[in-house]
Amino acid sequence: MLMNKVALIGAGMTRFHHSLHKDKSSRELFVEAFLECLDSVDKSISHKDIDALFISATASEFFEHQSHIACLLSDWTGLNPIPATRIEAACASSSAALEIGVFAIASGMYDIVLVGGVEKMTTLEVDEMTYALMSGLDHPYECILGVSNPGLYAMMANAYFEKYDSSWEELTSISIKNHHNASMNPKAHFQSEIMDIAKKISQKKGLKFDNEMDFLKSPTNPYIAHPLRLFDCSPVSDGASAILLASSKKAKKFTDTPVYVTGLGHTSGTMSLHDRRDLTSIPASVEAGNRAYKMAKIESKDIDFAMVHDCFTPAEIIATEDLGFFPRGEGGKAAIEGRTRINGEKSINTDGGLKAKGHPIAATGTAMSYEVWKQLRGEADKRQVNNAEIGLIHNVGASGGTAIVQIFRR
Amino acid sequence: MVESSKISTVGGDLNDFTRNEAGEISPTIENFFRYCSERKLMAVRCEQCETIHLPPRPFCSKCYSSNLEWFKLKGKGKLLTYSIVHVPPPQFETIAPYAVGVVKLEEGVNLPGVIKLKDMKNLNIGIELIVDFETLPFESWLGRTRYYFKEP
Ligand SMILES: [Zn+2]
Repeated sequence: MLMNKVALIGAGMTRFHHSLHKDKSSRELFVEAFLECLDSVDKSISHKDIDALFISATASEFFEHQSHIACLLSDWTGLNPIPATRIEAACASSSAALEIGVFAIASGMYDIVLVGGVEKMTTLEVDEMTYALMSGLDHPYECILGVSNPGLYAMMANAYFEKYDSSWEELTSISIKNHHNASMNPKAHFQSEIMDIAKKISQKKGLKFDNEMDFLKSPTNPYIAHPLRLFDCSPVSDGASAILLASSKKAKKFTDTPVYVTGLGHTSGTMSLHDRRDLTSIPASVEAGNRAYKMAKIESKDIDFAMVHDCFTPAEIIATEDLGFFPRGEGGKAAIEGRTRINGEKSINTDGGLKAKGHPIAATGTAMSYEVWKQLRGEADKRQVNNAEIGLIHNVGASGGTAIVQIFRR
Repeated sequence: MVESSKISTVGGDLNDFTRNEAGEISPTIENFFRYCSERKLMAVRCEQCETIHLPPRPFCSKCYSSNLEWFKLKGKGKLLTYSIVHVPPPQFETIAPYAVGVVKLEEGVNLPGVIKLKDMKNLNIGIELIVDFETLPFESWLGRTRYYFKEP
């Protein structure tokens, strides 16, 4: 239980993109997200109101040879001499930072805390980037055996297909939906439907695709780790996101429509996939969900919309089952039936998900809460979920060593 | 074929097992790979609750006992799941695309690794696999010897 209620009073993020930010390093990216975050505070806020910074960068040592990044970002945002601390939990880093920020306020130590994440990924070629991200896996038992991140989710997908008699075709419903959602999101890496991308490629290469499936099954959508193809994987993007947290007492000074943190679930699981009894579920996600529901005093059916960790398409299907939205083996079918589209039975990844919005690793967690902030305040434009009251984020570190679920309310 | 090599690892010479005060081989990751260089796939068993730990660990995460004993696995199992990696990290570029999988060993524990079959068309969940050993063309702090899976 939290001693004091904590609210979101501001949110900002850069667009996630692979080429747009070529001239920016982590510091410029985070400053951009921070300035938008400051601007988003309804009744304005001053730098001097901010008491502390909890910030994430997952692998800046590999990408920019830069560690000790927290104080650097405090300096560049003009927040010195406030305390700044880096929080790392692979892809779940910045939701872990948000959680620590909530604790710091709930303890009574601080009133206003800035949290967020940044990842500058495009400094490395694809193979080197792949190896950098494999540092989030069990080194002796996955990394040095050649088991990559897509390889792990591909193995989960094959185990899922075998257990529930489903196939790769089911996964395409996830990428098609998430591209559609991202086409309405000005912050997304890809802002186009898969069919629009297919048309562009067909014009350039003199090819012809009759429909999405025709394109997705073609060599133009190559294998990354069988059965996963390029469009089953989140892209490599640069980006940053930032959230301002305040004690509920102070929140009203800054906004009339704060968003409250009502449920926190954070659990650790085996880092290695092979150490799990069932390869078609992430046990840490199930437990993190249960803890967040319990704290928020709600059940999975009460969630109006959710951002779930779809680093690879099978991950979204597994997440919607692990969080109790759909029975085991039915997550893929639910997506095919359109039950997870915006204003479907359960709106999933309204922002386009990691798949189409992009996945600058440490920026992802607080970018999920950025979308929840927009939705709960009715500011999500064409992506708006009707009567959005309760939103959830689900953020996984690598293949499930870390799982974080957070619940927010208007 | 496994060649004994003398790469310096964290614990020193690859061929020198690190031992505890009683002179027993310590249940460490490095010693697991030292055993691999002797063509032995080894795990530790908790003497108190009989849980098998693979990779080995210094104490039992089930009952918290520190009485763990090394034993040799038969190196036989069934494929639980797999993937074929087409976009690899740099060290694996020369062998890509290559298959990786999680194998359930006869002793009941799972182990991930590269899978090499004469005909990759036979790669299916449920196939029987055995462990073999190889020397990698690149070094790491775990030396160069790795186990992999192949058909019996
Ligand atoms: Zn034990």
